[in-house]
Amino acid sequence: MRETSAVEARSLTRAFGAFRAVDDLSFRVAPGEVFGFLGSNGAGKTTTIRMLCGLLTPTSGSATVAGLDLATQAAEIKRRVGYMSQRFSLYTDLTVEENLTFWGAAYGLHGAHLAARRAWALEMAELVGRRDTLVRELPGGLRQRLALGAALLHSPPIVFLDEPTGGVDPAARRRFWDLIDALATAGTTVFVTTHYLDEAERCHRVALMHAGRLVALDTPERLKAEFPPGTVLEIRTPRPALALAALQDAPGVADVALLGETLHLVLSEPGAVAGLAAALAGTGEGHPEIRPSLPTLEDVFIRAIAAARGGEGGAAGVGS
Amino acid sequence: MIRRTLAVALKEFLQLRRDWRTLLALLGMPVVLLLIYGFALSFDVRHVRLAVVDLDGTRAAREVERAFLHSGYFDLVHRGTDLRAVDGLLDSGRAQAALVIPAGHAAAAGTQRAATLQLVLDGSDSQMATTVLAYARQITAAVAPAPRQRGAAGPPVPRPLVWYNPDLASSRFLVPGLVAFILMVTTVIATALAVVREKERGTWESLRATPLQALELLVGKTLPYLVLSAAAAAGALLLAHLLFQVPLRGSLLWLALVTLLFLLGGLGWGVLLSTLADTQQVAFQAALFTTMLPTLLLSGFIFPISSMPPLIQAITHIVPARYFLVALRGIVLKGTGPEVWGADMVGLAVFAAAVLALATVRTVRSL
Repeated sequence: MRETSAVEARSLTRAFGAFRAVDDLSFRVAPGEVFGFLGSNGAGKTTTIRMLCGLLTPTSGSATVAGLDLATQAAEIKRRVGYMSQRFSLYTDLTVEENLTFWGAAYGLHGAHLAARRAWALEMAELVGRRDTLVRELPGGLRQRLALGAALLHSPPIVFLDEPTGGVDPAARRRFWDLIDALATAGTTVFVTTHYLDEAERCHRVALMHAGRLVALDTPERLKAEFPPGTVLEIRTPRPALALAALQDAPGVADVALLGETLHLVLSEPGAVAGLAAALAGTGEGHPEIRPSLPTLEDVFIRAIAAARGGEGGAAGVGS
Repeated sequence: MIRRTLAVALKEFLQLRRDWRTLLALLGMPVVLLLIYGFALSFDVRHVRLAVVDLDGTRAAREVERAFLHSGYFDLVHRGTDLRAVDGLLDSGRAQAALVIPAGHAAAAGTQRAATLQLVLDGSDSQMATTVLAYARQITAAVAPAPRQRGAAGPPVPRPLVWYNPDLASSRFLVPGLVAFILMVTTVIATALAVVREKERGTWESLRATPLQALELLVGKTLPYLVLSAAAAAGALLLAHLLFQVPLRGSLLWLALVTLLFLLGGLGWGVLLSTLADTQQVAFQAALFTTMLPTLLLSGFIFPISSMPPLIQAITHIVPARYFLVALRGIVLKGTGPEVWGADMVGLAVFAAAVLALATVRTVRSL
């Protein structure tokens, strides 16, 4: 059974004092999968990754990474995974090539093997002509590619990327994700955290964390398909900003957002359209065009987090 | 194991090569500090403003006066025959010492009656006064005429004989201490930043994710610093020899070994601080605080340990410069071997081993 999972977490928990940064987390990641990890800052994403890379000891629960037990084989796991931390973590005062040489050696590579992998990483990061450039002189996008190359020098079957595209321009982000796709196609398991929903859409499966807990986990398509039908609407009005203000507190509206010229609206229950018309009429706006629409991942996540919050509230109510 | 250690050392060396600030602190500072403080720091007293009141007026009295002036320590600022002038001269600070040759000095010389000279000193600078008094004793002992006949001499007068540093130049005593002081401060500060800098930049986290072992990381990181500090130490000792006439009477090999042990202790201490601190600022201050004053005050650099209260004496045992200074002065000034300062060498080795072990334990825990 173990061989079928690249990563498997079982009730993984990490507490810092009374605060449970990661709370009873269980999931499986299949080999070759691009597994997206989403959640706000402090939701527990980085803590989870640090535990899975052997940098932080779980308070309770267990996990296997690459078929190895986290509690007893952490040293071996370090040889089998690549890790790109949230902060840019290459030496900016070393050149591209010096960095690759060092990180390769740190993972135990040497001689011809190191040279071959270094050449591969230079190619992959598109830095062949800039091997003698100091890293601090590289633009952000290239730095991230180099950091990915450094994390992959030892050909790990699993790579953990903690917000790899932070502070990188959209074009460079897209190209970075092309690399991730290529890696997964070649069989590498990619475990990646992100803030960006367009990036989440490119994951095979996404997990959403909130307050240390897993609140949603599936493919982006299925998560959207499971969204209650008939609750997502698109509204066109001549003055969308005014309508937005009017709709925010209208009965039956779970969420409303301005997307360009149109309003994207989620109802708390299907068919509660009557209240909308009343709210819009109140603003003196004429002829709103209301059409059914499709849910976005953002809708899914907002709903999942709201449900989780409701659960917290209910539990507190029962407790008191 | 060795390959990965060398990879860390090479990386650290490449970074150091581009980090001119740290290079300057490690290699340049010892030389500059030694030049500045080597000349400034001296207990030797020269150009003492001397007033002479000659109430005797004989040839013998003039000889005494000449002996004082020719010694090279004194500048004559007043010469007279009125004792009352002394008060004003010392009060105003125009004179720091007054030599009074009483009437009948010449007549008493060479007889059983002791010839008396009076030296009035400005004791508000006790350091200067003590030193001048010592000079005066040497000078008067030299001019005291030999007894004319046996048995007619007064009480025996000791003839001082100073070994190792016959002209009692304080630089020979102080410069080795200064070398120890400078090396300690620069090596600890430079290495204290080594690990904490990686923590601040975020590279420490990446290092922790690699299979690198704590020992590989620590040895690799300290190796380049050890090489540089050793070069700085050699430079400082050479400078001390050329500029301040600090001799090398003992074995160069022992000197190198003892210095290396001392440097290892400093490096270990720096790395230990580095694993404890979270920011470069904290590490820097801790390094400064734990090296500067202890090495200055508690090592025997300036103040003899034997005259400290027992509790303070006990504390000096954790100041590595204490051991280094005994061995260093022994080797360069006296030419002694480990049979004399072997225990101090062991002290250095124990300190180095202890701090390096603690630093490794700290790193293992954080890995």
